[in-house]
Amino acid sequence: MSLTEFLHMGGYAFYVWTSYGIALIVLLANLLLPIRQRRKLLADIARSARRARRKP
Amino acid sequence: MMLFFHKLASPKYFYNFAGRLIPWLAWACLLFFITGLYYGLVKAPPDYQQGDSYRIMFIHVPAAWMSMFVYVVMAGAGIIGLVWHIKLAEIVAVSSAVVGASFTFLALVTGSLWGKPMWGAWWVWDARLTSELILLFLYLGVIALYNAIEDKRTAARSTAILAVVGVVNIPIIHYSVEWWNTLHQGPTVSKFGAPSIAISMLIPLLLMAVAFKLYYALVVLMRARCEVLDRERNTQWVKELAGLK
Repeated sequence: MSLTEFLHMGGYAFYVWTSYGIALIVLLANLLLPIRQRRKLLADIARSARRARRKP
Repeated sequence: MMLFFHKLASPKYFYNFAGRLIPWLAWACLLFFITGLYYGLVKAPPDYQQGDSYRIMFIHVPAAWMSMFVYVVMAGAGIIGLVWHIKLAEIVAVSSAVVGASFTFLALVTGSLWGKPMWGAWWVWDARLTSELILLFLYLGVIALYNAIEDKRTAARSTAILAVVGVVNIPIIHYSVEWWNTLHQGPTVSKFGAPSIAISMLIPLLLMAVAFKLYYALVVLMRARCEVLDRERNTQWVKELAGLK
């Protein structure tokens, strides 16, 4: 099987590759969101703790 | 064993335990995805009726299975949280909602992209499709309700009740293809009896199903860790973790 044949998907290229593309985007987004959220949370906790210590 | 569960219910222990588990899950998940995609897209032969379009199945079917599985886990964890006041169960329940909604969305979109070339329509109001759409709305309702309530524990309790009520939809989705005349085809892989699907197509389907399960476990643990950090933000161990003594 050649690469062009593989990409052509027997004429269903649009439907097959759009499905896989959307799945890839959605699954990656679900992985990246908690990674970013954890980083933000830790920075946020550190900031508010520093502020609380400076006050008294 | 009981001691292990008792320890696991402590937020700090869970946070560290999940942190150690995550890399293993990620590698296992990647491995199953790669082999599943290889056998599904390259090795499996085209279908004699549907040509290559059936390859959408390797995403569509695992996503649809997971959309129901995650909902049952979410409702089950919600009940455990409600009855025994186990914080960790609440956290697992709320962490499942967004992933579950994503799986449902994928099942609907890939189904639409499969329906167009096979049925000639992007969407039909058939029982299977409609009940799956209701499932998406249930997930969105759970997410919206959880975010609308300020106090996390009250929010978790309210969403658990909503999730439990919505469980009635799960058997409706599952049996819709048998109860009603639907355009959607009946099940080809069932636990009982021989599946009516070629082995060369069944193997990648099962590989992808395992990959999706591992992926769900991975994302839930990642989200649960964030939730633990947020709820425990005033404790000493979280402050130390954030780089303060």
